Amino acid sequence: MVKILVYPSNSLILSDLVARFGHEPLTLMRVIRQKIKEVGIDSPPINVTPEDPKKGLKYAAVDVPSGVRGRMALLDPLIEESEAAIIVHEADYSFGCMGCARTNELAKYIIRNKDIPRLELAYPTCDDEARDFVRKIRDFCESLTRKAEALT
Amino acid sequence: MVSDEITKMVVLADSSPILPSELALRAYELSTDAIVKETCFGLIVTGSEKEVNETIKELRRLDPSGIFVKDRGFPPGDSRRCRAVRGGGPRPGFHQLERESCILPSISYGLETIDEPLDAKGREKREKLKIGRFIEIIDEQSKEDVNG
Repeated sequence: MVKILVYPSNSLILSDLVARFGHEPLTLMRVIRQKIKEVGIDSPPINVTPEDPKKGLKYAAVDVPSGVRGRMALLDPLIEESEAAIIVHEADYSFGCMGCARTNELAKYIIRNKDIPRLELAYPTCDDEARDFVRKIRDFCESLTRKAEALT
Repeated sequence: MVSDEITKMVVLADSSPILPSELALRAYELSTDAIVKETCFGLIVTGSEKEVNETIKELRRLDPSGIFVKDRGFPPGDSRRCRAVRGGGPRPGFHQLERESCILPSISYGLETIDEPLDAKGREKREKLKIGRFIEIIDEQSKEDVNG
């Protein structure tokens, strides 16, 4: 089972398809769950600690909008653990202020620079495109399975 | 919160013949220790990882290509997300879920027909409706409307 980072990182369709084809999707929801379950001085409701912007500094300088560093701090564990990635371009809902837009671009840039198998595609707009979309994801997942089996 | 407790969202495609109430009924019939919350789009299931995965595996059998599952960070009713506590309005993530829900029927179709040929040559050719037959249909429909 390969850990596949999906982008947008909270996509229902991508995380379901990756799990359906036998791999583990790395999603933002996992990180959020860890944050709210942690018990300690920094327990909920204060989940964001001064450590988070520091983690974000690994990816972006202090003069970058703070939203970018905060979001990269959440994406950091997913990027570190990922063994493959699926990126969907121009998702309709991937818009926002400069923090979100720059985070999206930075995250995709970092994933592309990482030496891992990657699939890039667009959301389907009709049934035929959806079939092609699902098939590409299935073929990608099967190729990762074969690669993992060859290594073991 | 129990340390190994997870929450997952079960979302039904619009094209699925299953209703959220039927899903909830089936989840209750399974009598697992998972807590089930029925929503307009499907269910939210909370419990230990084993219980939740077992429940979802059984629920998927109702419509394998029409049921989609994703993780959820917050448990249901969490005050940081509860609309009753926060004064109403959509929860964060609603608009994304709504947008992806529009695509789910196509994804279901894709899952069901995944091994069918994609190229035009491999597909069956459907005959076009001739204009004469189209006019007949219009006439028949008009007569039916007039006769009630």
